[in-house]
Amino acid sequence: MNLRVDWRASVSLVGSVLKYLSLPLALPAAVAIVYDNGVLAFLPVMALTLVAGVGLERLDPDPDIGAREGFLMVALTWLAVALVGMLPYVIAGMGTESTLADPVNALFESMSGFTTTGATVMGSIGFDHHSHALMLWRQLTQWLGGMGIVVLAVAILPELSVGGAQLMDAEAPGPGIEKLTPRIAETARVLWLIYLGFTVLQFLLLYGLHHAGLAPNMGLYNAIAHPLTTMPTGGFSPEARSIEAFSSVVQWVIIPFMVAAGTNFALFWKALNGDVRSVFRDSEFRFYAGTLAVFAALGAGLLYGGVGVGLAELPVEVPPIAGEFEDALRHSTFQVVSIVTTTGYASMDFNTWSPVAQFLLVFGMFIGGSAGSTGGAIKMVRTLVILKSLKRELFTTVHPDAVSPVRLAGKPLDERALRGIYAFTLLYVVLFFVASGLVLLDATRIPESVTAFEGMSAVAATLGNVGPGVGIVGPMNNYLAFPDTSKLFMVFLMWVGRLEVIPVFVLLTGAYWRS
Amino acid sequence: MRIVIVGAGEVGSSIAKSLCDTHEVVVVDNDPERVESVTYNIDVLAIEGDGVTLSTLAETDVAEADILIASTDDDETNIITCGTAKTLGDPFTIARVRDTKFLDTWQQAEGALGVDFMVGTTLLAARSVVRVIGLPSARDVDTFAGGRVQMAEFEIPPDSPVAGQTVQEADRFESLTFAAILRPDDVVIPSGQTRIEAGDEVVVIGSESSVQALAAEVSPHAGTVDDILIVGGTDIGYQIAKLLGEQGLTPRLVERDHDRARELAELLPNTTVLESDGTDRDFLEREHISEVDTVVSALNRNERNLLASLLAKRLGAERAVAIVGEMEYVDLFEAVGVDVAINPREATAEEITRFTRERRAENVALIENDRAEVIEIEVDEDSVLAGKPIQESVVDLPDGVVIGAITRNGDFVIPRGGTVVEPGDTAVLFVDADVVEEATAVL
Repeated sequence: MNLRVDWRASVSLVGSVLKYLSLPLALPAAVAIVYDNGVLAFLPVMALTLVAGVGLERLDPDPDIGAREGFLMVALTWLAVALVGMLPYVIAGMGTESTLADPVNALFESMSGFTTTGATVMGSIGFDHHSHALMLWRQLTQWLGGMGIVVLAVAILPELSVGGAQLMDAEAPGPGIEKLTPRIAETARVLWLIYLGFTVLQFLLLYGLHHAGLAPNMGLYNAIAHPLTTMPTGGFSPEARSIEAFSSVVQWVIIPFMVAAGTNFALFWKALNGDVRSVFRDSEFRFYAGTLAVFAALGAGLLYGGVGVGLAELPVEVPPIAGEFEDALRHSTFQVVSIVTTTGYASMDFNTWSPVAQFLLVFGMFIGGSAGSTGGAIKMVRTLVILKSLKRELFTTVHPDAVSPVRLAGKPLDERALRGIYAFTLLYVVLFFVASGLVLLDATRIPESVTAFEGMSAVAATLGNVGPGVGIVGPMNNYLAFPDTSKLFMVFLMWVGRLEVIPVFVLLTGAYWRS
Repeated sequence: MRIVIVGAGEVGSSIAKSLCDTHEVVVVDNDPERVESVTYNIDVLAIEGDGVTLSTLAETDVAEADILIASTDDDETNIITCGTAKTLGDPFTIARVRDTKFLDTWQQAEGALGVDFMVGTTLLAARSVVRVIGLPSARDVDTFAGGRVQMAEFEIPPDSPVAGQTVQEADRFESLTFAAILRPDDVVIPSGQTRIEAGDEVVVIGSESSVQALAAEVSPHAGTVDDILIVGGTDIGYQIAKLLGEQGLTPRLVERDHDRARELAELLPNTTVLESDGTDRDFLEREHISEVDTVVSALNRNERNLLASLLAKRLGAERAVAIVGEMEYVDLFEAVGVDVAINPREATAEEITRFTRERRAENVALIENDRAEVIEIEVDEDSVLAGKPIQESVVDLPDGVVIGAITRNGDFVIPRGGTVVEPGDTAVLFVDADVVEEATAVL
């Protein structure tokens, strides 16, 4: 029995993942060759990743992964891919005006990509400043991070079949994992294939709309780029105006894909196997659909009635939506779905909304997507379980002798699982408040004024892997205003947010390394 | 194949571990903690539920399954599970039972109860004990190829003449292969120059006479075994006494309970039944325990078995064999002075695993808790062994495979480099656990 953490085994597996990371880097490299621009940002990184990966693999030729090593491996994998992912930004930005030439900014952009956050520090978004290849890499980081880098590794690396379940558990959103097939590698493959299927389907629809003349701006490049960040609930867009740059039909089409991305992928597997009813019987899915509907309806009411529009003097480019039914419904639905699923796309600048409508969105940032989806934040199922637990507390106050299990879909949950859910949620909320305090304190050093609500929205949006917040970090703005210390801190927040806090915090406890 | 295992205890988990690399395995258990532990530690699909109920079995798609293994700790549950599964589809059903009376019933009414194959843990364990008794100084003995080939595992004591010799020096026997040397953290496939050290566990495969000869060589002062004391008139104790009686031996059996002792005395004409406590020093001295060749502890509780074994050894018994209920205690028992610890569950897992191997390997023995396996296969046309000398086929086999013995038309053939293996031969091989899948795929 080895009681010490076998860090070599963990690092060796991180090496295996890095080795394979050179393959997706070849895609933007190929695009760079097609557009004849910027291939040098990728070739050296591919070589470096390959060498580093093979080198780290040598640390332990036959890694044996236990639960502890699993946490370390997953946490380090995400850190390692973020560090590799920043290199193309730095290399491409050398000697240009690009804000991403700065390593701190590049790391922020890369971590924001892989964790599918979508918060950006790209000063000017557009092809006049960045190559098509680099913009595609930015989209691709989100797609790779969406269904999970470790899940992808389990799907393709046979040596991960033994500890695979533990690794996926440490990475996958939500409490625990659901095996869909006897073999974990096959489960991982199924998840990635469903994910790929949705991505391709969305591309076909968007590109089809373009050919039907309903989506003038949705050319081949955009039709590829947007599915890459919709399905992982990422939110990066090569367009500076995000989804506002597209027709209302495109906005309507993207909504169901964001909803799908925030749904537990295991449900799609069941539906594919002919069990469609179980999707609608799943209590998390019902709660998720209900939450989206209620929030969207509230938002639409606010916008339609004019209460939701905060600015007395509307900027010229923002069309009025008060009294416009379709506009109010579309923008509210799009924005609510985008924020609650933690995608972070914007169909309009919701900074022009009233405080109460903005609050609705920030509230949504905490609930997040479903377990087993590509969404972030606290997750629907935990929110639902906590509501049910509160109901039980009230009930047992009235009936002190009642034995009343908390049920989910009719099945009683065991108290240990409940405790895990309470612990995570409490940790998440505490972390949110402490982090907000630190970010607001750090923000006093910059000339721009950051209100408490803006600062808190920035923390909620990075910790929940949402992306844009409100005000200074609104959907049409970026995170450049913050000092480097804050940006690095937010890199940490995105990292712990994607891995659901516990796997990273465990590494910070002495007990993990000691016994 | 798709295999459903009901019951994720020690036996179920062990079978699942052995099979999950080559088959799709679904495990059912009604204990949520076990289900969770199986989910994370074995690459199988674990479902929480009661395997006797139709709804749970339907969830496992048992109708699509090729094999259903009922391996809970409860005989009746296992039998009913098999019967229930038969109503949903037609998997090959295997039930594990402890009570020999079920086994008798099933054997007399072939295929009754919806069980296609019944494994009696008690009988299996008793047979293992009897085999080990027959070969003093061996840790583990298994027979293959209809009894013509024996596999034995010896621990080399410090005073053994073999300790310090190379394999070449020790191997003076006509038809014997030194398959492997097990060290605490390593499985060594020996060459002629490998030196055998005291404390090593040596696995040999060969004809019965050669294995017997080596056994005498390993510990020369272990003579013939005819004075055997069985402590505990449990089901296993009874079966051991019965099997020994069938071999013409006259063991003594100690049972504390008056009625049970009487019952055993009536059932076992060749056994001297003593009504006493097997952990009572005075009694043991009265019975001249110091002259006993082998003491078998078959009491109901692990700790009492350990106590009885150690006490008997202390008072001068030559060898102590103990029944251990839990797999994980086997090593511990052997470490503190019990010569051989036999675990009925392990024997059961071996028996069931052998049924479900790819290409139906006819027989499997697990070495030291799954560190390696000894398997028996019938060589067919597609096997890499077929039709060429062994030195050529070795190239296509993974490292960690040793061809231990071959039988052809019932005759023992000594495998040497130039031996040509023909289709239809039976080969007994030692295979390191790491390469089992690889090896069984090409053999």
